[in-house]
Amino acid sequence: MISAFGAGLLFGIGLWLSGMANPRKVLDFLDVAGNWDPSLLLVMGGAVAVTALAFRPLVRKKQLTFKDAIDAPLILGAAIFGIGWGIGGYCPGPAITALSNLSADVFVFVAAMVAGGLFARIVSPAGPGA
Amino acid sequence: MDNFTPVSALAGGALIGAASVWLLAANGRIAGVSGILHGLVGGMSASPPGDRWWRAAFIAGLVAAGFAWHAFADPAVPGEMHFAPLALAGFLVGLGTRVGGGCTSGHGVCGLGRFSARSLAAVMVFMATGMAATFVMRHVL
Repeated sequence: MISAFGAGLLFGIGLWLSGMANPRKVLDFLDVAGNWDPSLLLVMGGAVAVTALAFRPLVRKKQLTFKDAIDAPLILGAAIFGIGWGIGGYCPGPAITALSNLSADVFVFVAAMVAGGLFARIVSPAGPGA
Repeated sequence: MDNFTPVSALAGGALIGAASVWLLAANGRIAGVSGILHGLVGGMSASPPGDRWWRAAFIAGLVAAGFAWHAFADPAVPGEMHFAPLALAGFLVGLGTRVGGGCTSGHGVCGLGRFSARSLAAVMVFMATGMAATFVMRHVL
């Protein structure tokens, strides 16, 4: 549990340092027709550079298995998520760490996000397809 | 591109990657924030009893990081968006990440890190619809 807290703490610091906890900066990336800010690409690149080195041996060691099908729920879910992301500029990690802003709009977003997840569970009780 | 911040973006990204490796190495878990949240608030009945604790600890760490950041670096700034579009956005993010089994961290940082074609497909789709939605919000409406 302490290690999970530490991982969340480090993850969150990474989000703030990279600027991704600021929805305006995320929207400036998604806004390719505006004053485009490519920073998010480097955030993703920096993160994947680290995970790409360590993940495959760890996944083998922990004997984790994953879905590999590119199926309709994956595409539909990703499309819906993207639309929400493009409207609000928040994906789940940044929204949760931005709760620390103690600003009503983040609470609205996170409450709606939880509601959306619970709604999906009613529609598709089989659960998440990660 | 005067708003481009390559150094902090790369450094922050590396921390995010390191945190994901940490959670996998220490807890054997994938740092997919949407999956961690959905499992916490609406966990499967088949989940082991202790399953919620590490999830709650990770979420608490994320929130604590924000408080630490505001204390030592930038203070919190008030939001500037209206509640209605934010509520819609949040609902779609919650729904879509649950149906699609991941978000920018689970499919992006972790999925791409293990060279998953499934995650790459998800990333390309949510980037595309995200750009389309932002275009409509900023240039059409």
